Amino acid sequence: MSWLLVYPIIIPLLTAVLAYLFRNSPAGRWISVAGTVALLMASIMLMAEVLEQGVVAAQMSNWQAPFGITLVADLLGAVMVVITAITGLATVIYTLSEIPERMERLGFHALLQMLMVGVVGAFLTGDLFNLYVWFEVMLISSFGLLVLGGTREQLDGGIKYVMLNLVSTIMFLAGIGLLYGLTGTLNMADLHLAVRGVENTGLLTTIAVMFMVAFGVKAAMFPLFFWLPASYHTPPVAVSAIFAGLLTKVGVYALIRMFTLVFDQDVAFTHTILLWLAVVTMVTGVLGAAAMNDFRRILSFHIISQIGYMVLGLALYTPLGLMGAVFYLVHHIIVKANLFFVAGVAKRIAGSTDLARIGGLYAHAPLLAFLFLIPAFSLAGFPPLSGFWAKYVVVKAALDLEMWFVAGVALGVGLLTIFSMTKIWGSAFWPAHPDGIKPRLSDLPTFDRVALMLPIIALAALTCLIGLFPEPFVQFAERSANQLLDPTDYVTTVLGVQP
Amino acid sequence: MELLLAITIGVLVSTSVYLMLDRNVLRFLFGLVLLSNAVNLLIFTGGRLTAGAPPLIDAGEYAPTGVVANALPQALVLTAIVIGFGLLAFTLALVYRTYMTLGTVNSDEMRVAEPADESKLDTGRLGMGKANPAKPATGQEAGI
Repeated sequence: MSWLLVYPIIIPLLTAVLAYLFRNSPAGRWISVAGTVALLMASIMLMAEVLEQGVVAAQMSNWQAPFGITLVADLLGAVMVVITAITGLATVIYTLSEIPERMERLGFHALLQMLMVGVVGAFLTGDLFNLYVWFEVMLISSFGLLVLGGTREQLDGGIKYVMLNLVSTIMFLAGIGLLYGLTGTLNMADLHLAVRGVENTGLLTTIAVMFMVAFGVKAAMFPLFFWLPASYHTPPVAVSAIFAGLLTKVGVYALIRMFTLVFDQDVAFTHTILLWLAVVTMVTGVLGAAAMNDFRRILSFHIISQIGYMVLGLALYTPLGLMGAVFYLVHHIIVKANLFFVAGVAKRIAGSTDLARIGGLYAHAPLLAFLFLIPAFSLAGFPPLSGFWAKYVVVKAALDLEMWFVAGVALGVGLLTIFSMTKIWGSAFWPAHPDGIKPRLSDLPTFDRVALMLPIIALAALTCLIGLFPEPFVQFAERSANQLLDPTDYVTTVLGVQP
Repeated sequence: MELLLAITIGVLVSTSVYLMLDRNVLRFLFGLVLLSNAVNLLIFTGGRLTAGAPPLIDAGEYAPTGVVANALPQALVLTAIVIGFGLLAFTLALVYRTYMTLGTVNSDEMRVAEPADESKLDTGRLGMGKANPAKPATGQEAGI
């Protein structure tokens, strides 16, 4: 049994327990930081192992698959864990300045660490019911984080977030029940083999669509995304950032996993639905963003629009398309979390996230303006930043299939993305502050300045790094896409037999 | 037996959908509870029903002899019940707190985070850790 797969789950779990015990002292927050650093190291070790071996699997309590719970990491799972750790660390450092002591006393850091337990668990599990459990761990922590503080807006957004996500979870559970009734197994690798022997293919496709709806809610796909713009702008910025970076992407990851590994029987039907949903998701998301006038609400709608690109990559179902989806996932998590961090600093020094009430950031905080432009341009797909390569691969995959309309929409949405970004630039950065305030970074205390700016600078550097040296990342995404399309390695490693 | 359970599940699901279409979030929550119970029954039925054959292994044996009931769905349902109970408790508390703070359980009236007039959204003070004074409303106003 490989402990490497257990560490990324058990480290944040232990950190959560310790952070809760020390929630009344300043030690709690530093435990949280240390635990996340440890998680990052563990995830990098796991990544090194996966790069060497291809797929790593561990049977819990030595119950042989498919009878026990399997933890498994392929390239996609491993890279998602690494990126979770990076985003988690950035968020925890950011919270050092942002989260008031009152919220720490209520167990903020314990909830944050439990959120990471759930996210990492979802990426590493090889068992469908176990995936449901990790989803629940993630959900209940996110509920707590979302409403912690208890302002009117938080409760209002929280109700919608909680209710719609619960419906999705029950739908997921119903899908699991039906799939189990049909195949008699819950191990995902075993399911890959078992669905091939199913005679009732109509029922299988119905179950596939149930999973599509369940994960579609999590991923905020059209027309199931309404909980996201209702809630993501209400909690503290650090919470918004980690939600924006990670949570919807867990839904996309689950979609990619299930619709490459298990539901690959009726691709013409299921993936065509995904394709058109992806197109509509891209368009509605970006139009929503164009209509908003609040920094964080614009960014929330952008998430939806970007989810469309990732699902599009999956829906095309070619090596290039999936490669684009994987690349997009990684790029998007970094960029999106970073944009929320920038919005948080803007709120801190200029006083609001309402674009009509702030201004003067370019004149008085040029560093922040520069650090906004990097992720903003990256999101819109400007070369040479990471978003350019991500969009390029997805659009190329669509063009290769001669889907001119889809490729055209993807490019047009990029243009509208930059339009809504100029809206932020044109009212928050360019003109003078309406109240005459001079929002300077140097007015912040030194500790806060470091804690707020360090994650932003680090994530922006990562975006530039991926953009300027895309070769190893593209190669990685390509290997990962091939692994997803031909899961023989995955199945063999988990079950220990040749299929 | 399967038919009976299938009908029960169907009735539960349709009742819960009816409840979930209500604007009152409390009714929505009741619908959710019914739906999760329907799904629990679904998993139970999906694992096949074998009457009168407890999955017990005789002393000295490593595997059960003969036909026994499938024990796995029961484990799954048990897990789902526990998780569902926790979520229900949390959600009930959340609905109560929302009712105390916003003074309504009607989802149409919950427009604080997304006001029709966007300039009324005051995110400037959000997350700064200042709780709002609770504004309790009478039960009659909220319709419960």
